[in-house]
Amino acid sequence: MLRYILKRFLTMIVTIWIIVTITFVLMISIPGSPLNEERGTSESVQRNLESYYNLDQPYHIQYILYLKSIVTLDFGPSIKQPNQTVNDLLGQGFPISFELGMVTILVALLSGVTLGIIAALKHNGFIDYMAMSVAVLGISIPNFVLSTLLIQQLAVNLNLLPPATWASPLHMVLPVAALATGPMAIIARLTRSTMLEVLTQDYIKMARAKGLSPWKIVIKHALKNALMPVITIIGTLLAGILTGTFVIEKIFAIPGMGRYFVESINQRDYPVIMGTTVFYSVFLVVMLFLVDIIYGLLDPRIKLHKKEGE
Amino acid sequence: MEKILEVKDLHVHFSTYGGIVQAVRGVSFHLYKGETLAIVGESGCGKSVTSNAIMKLIPSPPGRLVRGKIQFHDKQLTELSEKEMRSIRGVDISMIFQDPMTALNPTLTIGTQLMEGLKQHKKISSLEAREKALEMLELVGIPNPDERLKQYPHQFSGGMRQRIVIAIALICEPELLIADEPTTALDVTIQAQILELFEKIQRETGVSIILITHDLGVVAKVADRVAVMYAGKLIEEGDKREIFYHPQHPYTKGLLKSVPRLDATEAELTPIDGTPPDLFSPPKGCPFAPRCPMAMEVCLRKYPKTKSLTTTHKVDCWLQDKRAKKLLASSSRK
Repeated sequence: MLRYILKRFLTMIVTIWIIVTITFVLMISIPGSPLNEERGTSESVQRNLESYYNLDQPYHIQYILYLKSIVTLDFGPSIKQPNQTVNDLLGQGFPISFELGMVTILVALLSGVTLGIIAALKHNGFIDYMAMSVAVLGISIPNFVLSTLLIQQLAVNLNLLPPATWASPLHMVLPVAALATGPMAIIARLTRSTMLEVLTQDYIKMARAKGLSPWKIVIKHALKNALMPVITIIGTLLAGILTGTFVIEKIFAIPGMGRYFVESINQRDYPVIMGTTVFYSVFLVVMLFLVDIIYGLLDPRIKLHKKEGE
Repeated sequence: MEKILEVKDLHVHFSTYGGIVQAVRGVSFHLYKGETLAIVGESGCGKSVTSNAIMKLIPSPPGRLVRGKIQFHDKQLTELSEKEMRSIRGVDISMIFQDPMTALNPTLTIGTQLMEGLKQHKKISSLEAREKALEMLELVGIPNPDERLKQYPHQFSGGMRQRIVIAIALICEPELLIADEPTTALDVTIQAQILELFEKIQRETGVSIILITHDLGVVAKVADRVAVMYAGKLIEEGDKREIFYHPQHPYTKGLLKSVPRLDATEAELTPIDGTPPDLFSPPKGCPFAPRCPMAMEVCLRKYPKTKSLTTTHKVDCWLQDKRAKKLLASSSRK
């Protein structure tokens, strides 16, 4: 197990290094620099600023300096946000984005799996068709459209929920709903189809022949097997939810990390671009790693490590 | 001898897109305490449907028990609710499935799967359940049961898994064990071991067994009585010697001729020509008539009445009719 984690850790570092490198190349290939706005700063001031942010160095030196900042986890000061280091920005924004993302994936998982199970058990019945219609709708409507609809109807017209900002659990409802619907629909459809397949297996018939109750059969015998593919796609869904948060945070005026991510690119705020990118990629890679661990825990046939002599 | 199971005039239909399949069409048989009844017949003849019907495990829809009675001791299983049925499944009647590779849940340990039936039906402590599970593994011949209990199905071979499936079926000490082709998926040496295990278990626990199979070799080894099914009907029934040495129905005769024999003088096997009838619209007469070398006109028109030859031997065939016998006698004299 330890060896497996170590191996995965090394590949994670390589993955992150590749992401960082690509981001760096993309970043410097965008025309313009954070400092060359037409502000009429004198040439000497400009040069001073450039040397302060190491922008006067050749690219390969800048690259090495970036790598160094990543390794030491100190991304330095932001160029555009006054008196804020990148770490400050991450510290403010990330907890909120993390909360939004985690609540979303939890809601999507719980509701999606439940919906899928019910649809599978009532296969070809009214509930099944209803659940699957909702699922298709959920997949087809982009979350930014859904969020404006939700704000218009539930917040503005009916005045049931706060339309924006991030202050109380009640404020979470609309953004989470907008963000979770798509993943929920995907999970529901997947759960339904794998559940239907699992329910025809011999071991389910055998469980029935033992005289177990239907719920016990579903929870104990079917669900664990049916959830394997769902666990697999959680990794991909997480990536979708993370990028989804950028849009949702903007629409609902949530002070998360997404704002900085987008703004920093527009403003060529190099340290912030680097910081947010690295942060998100580390987060995602760690999540995928956790998914793999869970996979191994759920299915005893999947061995994460090779035993000696095998 | 005490009858523990009596099936009368069982009809099971399946609704499909193509129409209604009449899978079992009036099957009657009974089972005595402590005996082994083999139900034989080719694929699709309704053997498995019959056995699933006894457990009321036929998926519904599309399946439906249309008519018939299944009496287990003094209980009418057909009239029991699903909940009442659950208290019988696994406790009084147990089942063994064909393919041990798929009958065990890959994500649960052998111990969990062994003990869950026990915990479901009997008020028993975990420790006692464990003791019982170890005892069962020992009975079915699994070495190191203590260690094996914690392992998963993929860590066992096919033969070992079938032993575990048998242990699971027997752990609540059922009176009736339905084994649906228990050796079909195993290779021949393992088959013999499993059959010996059946004999041992029957000696030690006195369980009655219904053995569903298409393998006459298996029947010869373990069965006391044999019921032959064809196209959803039970066409001949008798004790093992009667069926093997004095088969009466042309289908049974054909079945016996199509099995390779070590002591046979002719090298070639005799297959039965043709295919079984379509059960969407089963024939009015004897379903075997179109393939039967002895078929008469009446065979196509009307299904024969069951004729008892001895107290145990019964057959559904027009050739048993007095008039047919006369006809045969006169034609052979010519």
